[in-house]
Amino acid sequence: MFRLSIQLRQALAKLTLPLLIGLACGVMLLGQIDRRLAEQARIAVADAVAPFYALLSGPIDDLRGLGREADSLVAVARENRRLRAENMRLRRWYDVAVALADENASLKANLNWMPDPAPSFITARAVADASGIYGRAVLLSVAPGRHIAKGMVALDAGGLVGRVTEVGHRSARVMLITDMDSRVPVTLEASHANAIIAGTNAASPRLTDYPEDVHPEEGERVVTSSVADAFPAGLPVGTVHYLSPNLPVVEPYANLDHVSIVRVFDYGMADVTPPAALGHVPSPAASTPAGSRSGDMSLPAGLRLQGAVPTSIGRG
Amino acid sequence: MRIQAPPERHPGIRPRPTVGRRLDAAARRSLPVGFSLGLVLLLCAPLGLPEQQALLPGATMGSVFFWSVFRPASMPAPMVFALGLLYDLLSFSPPGIVILTLLIVHTIGLGWRHGLARQGFLLVWLVFVLVAGAAILVDWALICGFSFRLLPVQPILLELALATGLYPLLSALFTWAHRGIADPSRA
Repeated sequence: MFRLSIQLRQALAKLTLPLLIGLACGVMLLGQIDRRLAEQARIAVADAVAPFYALLSGPIDDLRGLGREADSLVAVARENRRLRAENMRLRRWYDVAVALADENASLKANLNWMPDPAPSFITARAVADASGIYGRAVLLSVAPGRHIAKGMVALDAGGLVGRVTEVGHRSARVMLITDMDSRVPVTLEASHANAIIAGTNAASPRLTDYPEDVHPEEGERVVTSSVADAFPAGLPVGTVHYLSPNLPVVEPYANLDHVSIVRVFDYGMADVTPPAALGHVPSPAASTPAGSRSGDMSLPAGLRLQGAVPTSIGRG
Repeated sequence: MRIQAPPERHPGIRPRPTVGRRLDAAARRSLPVGFSLGLVLLLCAPLGLPEQQALLPGATMGSVFFWSVFRPASMPAPMVFALGLLYDLLSFSPPGIVILTLLIVHTIGLGWRHGLARQGFLLVWLVFVLVAGAAILVDWALICGFSFRLLPVQPILLELALATGLYPLLSALFTWAHRGIADPSRA
């Protein structure tokens, strides 16, 4: 210990505070001037205290885990109560459902009700993009001997792809719903209004011919309609989207840019055959059995009165 | 609440300063600084407390202010500096700012100690709140200046509120320590 005079010691004591404040300002400036130095000091201190914090974090985590456990116990009790109530309610509904199912079965037995036949389908790989400047189509490779016919409906995992327009021995051409010649009768799912989606060769076909008092809503689901007997009702097509205020289009669910595998369904609805490819001259032999009833084609969609009027009217 | 140096229990009689007793006295003398350093280390630890970072200024300023007013020998300016430096390095704010604010609090406490030590607790509390508010404002202004933008005011209000609420607790604890375990004359 140095022996200092009292005066000197007092002077030093008075000096300490201003000196330290000056030093603090110095540290502040140094920290601004040399950020690397500050970082290094920080990291050094953090390295020094990290083991203690690690030691501390064990018991803290234990405590917090204990708290969570207690919370979850309370939550479990509450959940249990809720589930019991729900179970009781569902049991009642189960009874109702069983009763309704019984009633349904007996009613069906009394009516001799025939269930819809499950549509047969074949799965085919799209081998080529058969679209040109004026059309959007894909070519399917079909194993020989598989029954595939004009007018069958092609779907992929997402939704409607198109219809079979030409059939060869090993291949079939599917006109996509985006093709300029494609017209698909659809139903807007929210308003139950009928409409037509018309391909424009663009990515999204236009939604047209909906009733005047119906305003298709953005995002509304669009499914096929069985109005013209070309499609079965209820196949998913896409959602409504407005390109501009008066231009609704349908964004297809199907991935029409890259059609890879499609299922071709036979719904037994080849009454309205789709138009052939441009420049294609249908030979009489290649035409479908519906060729004898080609008068059906001349009727506007939705006006065919199936079985209700003599077919001679339709052939007019 | 008046805090005065307790009268010596046996005036004129001094126990022999053995090594153990001297160590005891030194420990009692350094308890305030040790406690403050521990508080800073603890509040920078990942405890997961809500608003843990906002608690820190109130805790450090409270302990620096209390000991500067009631026993400045146990909270010397170099130790305040060290405390601020540790705080600065542990919390990732621009370095030096906390040192400056803590030194300001220390200086004010030291300068007004003769007036304050004789006052009741409420007045000391009020003065502390004013001092802490000023110090937090200086802190905020300096950080704003260094980062060249206006920072939001809510955090400093929260810090001040926490400092205000924390001071009575700290004060009760420190008063008890001041008369008990931190009293070197009891060694």
